Amino acid sequence: MSEAARAAAPRTNRLGLALADYKGAKTTLCAGCGHNAISERVLDAFFEMGIAPERVAKLSGIGCSSKSPAYFMGRSHAFNAVHGRMPSVATGAVLANRRLLALGVSGDGDTASIGLGQFGHLMRRNLPMIYLVEDNGVYGLTKGQFSATADAGSTLKTGVVNELPAIDTCALAIQLGASFVGRSFSGDKKQLSAMLKAAVAHRGTAMLDVISPCVTFNDHQGSTKSYGYMKDHDEPLHEISFVPSFEEIDVEYAAGASVDVRMHDGSHLRLRKLEEDYDPRDKARALSRIAESHGRGEVLTGVLWVDPDAPTFLDLLELPEEPLATLPAERLRPPREALAAVLEEFR
Amino acid sequence: MGVNDFSIQVATVNGSGSQSANAVLLRSLFQMGIPVSGKNLFPSNIAGLPTWYTIRASAEGFVARKKEVDLLVAMNAESAREDVAGLRPGAVVVYDEPLGLASLRDDLAALGVPFDAIVRTVTGDARLSKLLRNMAYVGVVAQLLGIELAEVERAIERQFPGKKKAVELNVAAARAGHAHAAGKRFAAGALRAERMDANRGKIVIDGNTAAALGAIFGGFAMVAWYPITPSSSLTEALIHYARKLRIGPDGKASFAVVQAEDELAAAGMVVGAGWAGARAMTATSGPGVSLMSEFAGLAYFAEIPAVIWDVQRVGPSTGLPTRTAQGDLLSTAYLSHGDTRHLLLIPGSVEECFTMAGQALDLAERFQTPVFVLSDLDLGMNVWMSDPFPYPERPLDRGKVLSREALEKLGSFARYADVDGDGVGWRTLPGTDHPAAAYFTRGTGHDERARYSERPDDWEKNLQRIARKIDGARAATPQPELSGSGARVGILSAGTSRWAVEESRVQLRREQGLETDHLRVRAFPFADAVREFVAAHDRVYVVDQNRDGQLGQLLRLELPVELLPRLRPVAHVTGLPLDARSLTDEIAGRENPS
Ligand SMILES: Cc1ncc(C[n+]2csc(CCOP(=O)(O)OP(=O)(O)O)c2C)c(N)n1
Ligand code: SF4
Ligand SMILES: [Mg+2]
Repeated sequence: MSEAARAAAPRTNRLGLALADYKGAKTTLCAGCGHNAISERVLDAFFEMGIAPERVAKLSGIGCSSKSPAYFMGRSHAFNAVHGRMPSVATGAVLANRRLLALGVSGDGDTASIGLGQFGHLMRRNLPMIYLVEDNGVYGLTKGQFSATADAGSTLKTGVVNELPAIDTCALAIQLGASFVGRSFSGDKKQLSAMLKAAVAHRGTAMLDVISPCVTFNDHQGSTKSYGYMKDHDEPLHEISFVPSFEEIDVEYAAGASVDVRMHDGSHLRLRKLEEDYDPRDKARALSRIAESHGRGEVLTGVLWVDPDAPTFLDLLELPEEPLATLPAERLRPPREALAAVLEEFR
Repeated sequence: MGVNDFSIQVATVNGSGSQSANAVLLRSLFQMGIPVSGKNLFPSNIAGLPTWYTIRASAEGFVARKKEVDLLVAMNAESAREDVAGLRPGAVVVYDEPLGLASLRDDLAALGVPFDAIVRTVTGDARLSKLLRNMAYVGVVAQLLGIELAEVERAIERQFPGKKKAVELNVAAARAGHAHAAGKRFAAGALRAERMDANRGKIVIDGNTAAALGAIFGGFAMVAWYPITPSSSLTEALIHYARKLRIGPDGKASFAVVQAEDELAAAGMVVGAGWAGARAMTATSGPGVSLMSEFAGLAYFAEIPAVIWDVQRVGPSTGLPTRTAQGDLLSTAYLSHGDTRHLLLIPGSVEECFTMAGQALDLAERFQTPVFVLSDLDLGMNVWMSDPFPYPERPLDRGKVLSREALEKLGSFARYADVDGDGVGWRTLPGTDHPAAAYFTRGTGHDERARYSERPDDWEKNLQRIARKIDGARAATPQPELSGSGARVGILSAGTSRWAVEESRVQLRREQGLETDHLRVRAFPFADAVREFVAAHDRVYVVDQNRDGQLGQLLRLELPVELLPRLRPVAHVTGLPLDARSLTDEIAGRENPS
């Protein structure tokens, strides 16, 4: 290939795939919707990480956010299930085929309102999957009612005030057993990309709550999930860089000023501290720092908690390497003698 | 009523440990070669409320609940008076002496037995004697009916395998009871057990365990569940036996079990696993089915295999959680909103629990749709005699799945296109390593290529295709079973009702000279044979174990309108398994109005 041809050829990842191989259908969400930006970051991350789209299963509930899997990675199977119940569908899919890389996309209503029960139990099982909450504080698809992540005191466009406290999905996830928990902002390209790549590398549940403004129903003065509010209140804990296992570490590592988290697959999560003493491997600190942030009206972003080697639900089940979905018939049906023998018990 | 034709009812207190004694009594009769069946009528309670166990011996092989009790063992002070009041004249009652029941009626053969005194000769331990009183009544009943003591002892050994001390004590208690009643056999009058040879090769098993074994040999790969009576023992048996039968030489399980957070999640997990290609199932009862409604519609419309066992109990609501009914026919047949119609399999024996467990998994994958198996508490939790289950000879049916190699040849595929004319599309499994493998599964309107569509023609075409698919499944589901021919009066039943119907037909013939034919429905949507049966009979009694005659209502929805006047609903729901006498009286009364 000539220099010129090489320059003109699209950039490819370690599988030889181009970014175009990770595209989906054209979005039908509103222009400027935070969810669209997240879709871009997601497909970027999978491209950069060199994950074959065929290995990925995209799962979602119902909502504008839950529609978004149609708009990226069209070569991945997808399942747009029912409202608030994606976690159970994902659990079944991962158990059926443990080689799938499951990516769940949900909304704040889908997760924290109708789906809180299944969400909690998914976190508790630490099922290997990525779980994204595209969090805009409202039900976009049903035209802007408050969801359970809306902050107390925030207002709808109509002036209606939310009187109830917000559910913090990150605090819940940490408490319940998810092993990688972070919060980010659809507008923070660099932070979100690094966190998504780390989530891809993680082996248990990676739960990311991503503030994702709804430009149509919740981007006004009085909203705490607007672009404007995030501009003033985003409080990053650290600057994040991610070094995948297949790349040389060339970033300089200054002990003391940074935290280096070695992920289970050998990749590294580098967190350059912006806060003196924050270490995302300290669960109690994570929870107290989140609580503090609520008091101060700040939106704490970054990797809040990570336990790279925590046992996952699959570890408990004694499953074979080969997916249950494709086990051969002789593994699924015991032989004739086995039936005769077991029936003897009932004679 | 007489030789090898009697029913025994044992009335005790829940939690008093009488199950073992009742199982021994039942097994002793079984070992004597006498056809026998047992039914546990228990409360929704762990300990303290009254509970009854009925054992029926029938030389003719009738296993339905017998309405009349021939011999009552009254051990429970709380229920004793009512139990005695309900007996037919001439019945035998064996009672715990302090209950003083002899004076209640003078038309019974009553025998007071000092159980405490008898047990005192076996042990001084108060806790043990509470349990051993039960085995003492087994000894007494054995003596009265002529059940061989050696068979009782053999049954005790079987009941407590490897527990030498327990066997010794229980045998001693049974012997003491037996000795006490020596010379009192006259009290039982005509009731007598005599050795026969009807049980050679038979097994005794409950329907839930049979279903579990059926799933294990039917190739299930995943079960998600949430405990609920009367289905819990199905999944528990599944876990128990799968751990014995489905662990590979590598020590790895060829199945996954998840105790979900509720039935909604259990259904979601089954749907997720079915989508990803694993043969997945759940077992529940009415309240769980109600919660699964939204997922049932999704699986129907997105065309995902799922198997849901509904071991029915009495509803609505929490109803009678420990009593039997068949009241979920209508709710499952069309479960969920919009246009749905589900495949139902309705087992009528423990053997069918076994075979249908595998068939359900096959049908779900073949037709890419939820399959409900409607068992009931009577079938699932009571023990039944059966021939040993046949090993499934047909290979697992994994349905239409396109492999990577097939895609290589085809180049692309359309998930919901009816390429074979049977309404069943080809699917790919997530993870299939081909760039054209993926499709987008959704509960929203879609076209043949699974793309979002709100077009009226797409909607209509798709839904009509699914209707054709489900209709086509009728030929692949278990066909109805016909007994009798040429009669003018027909009886239609489903599930466990068949046992009462079969006995009732004999009663109607003997007592009324009325010939009947019987068609036992085993699946929904109904096979053509159902319509033909109704068309061939002047009057068809439709037997139901629910208030509103749901099998009859389903027939009304599905049969040609000109046949409907022939249908005569016979619906009963008391929480007790249907008995033949109630049926016979009702049908005879309607056939010969006086
Ligand atoms: C059982 C059920 N109830 C209600 C709805 C209506 N509904 C659709 S989306 C939605 C809320 C979605 O909110 P969220 O998850 O925050 O997603 P967003 O649209 O904001 O991205 C609701 C209530 C539904 N689809 N299903
Ligand atoms: S309504 Fe809100 S959440 Fe939905 S697409 Fe529009 S901006 Fe996004
Ligand atoms: Mg929302």
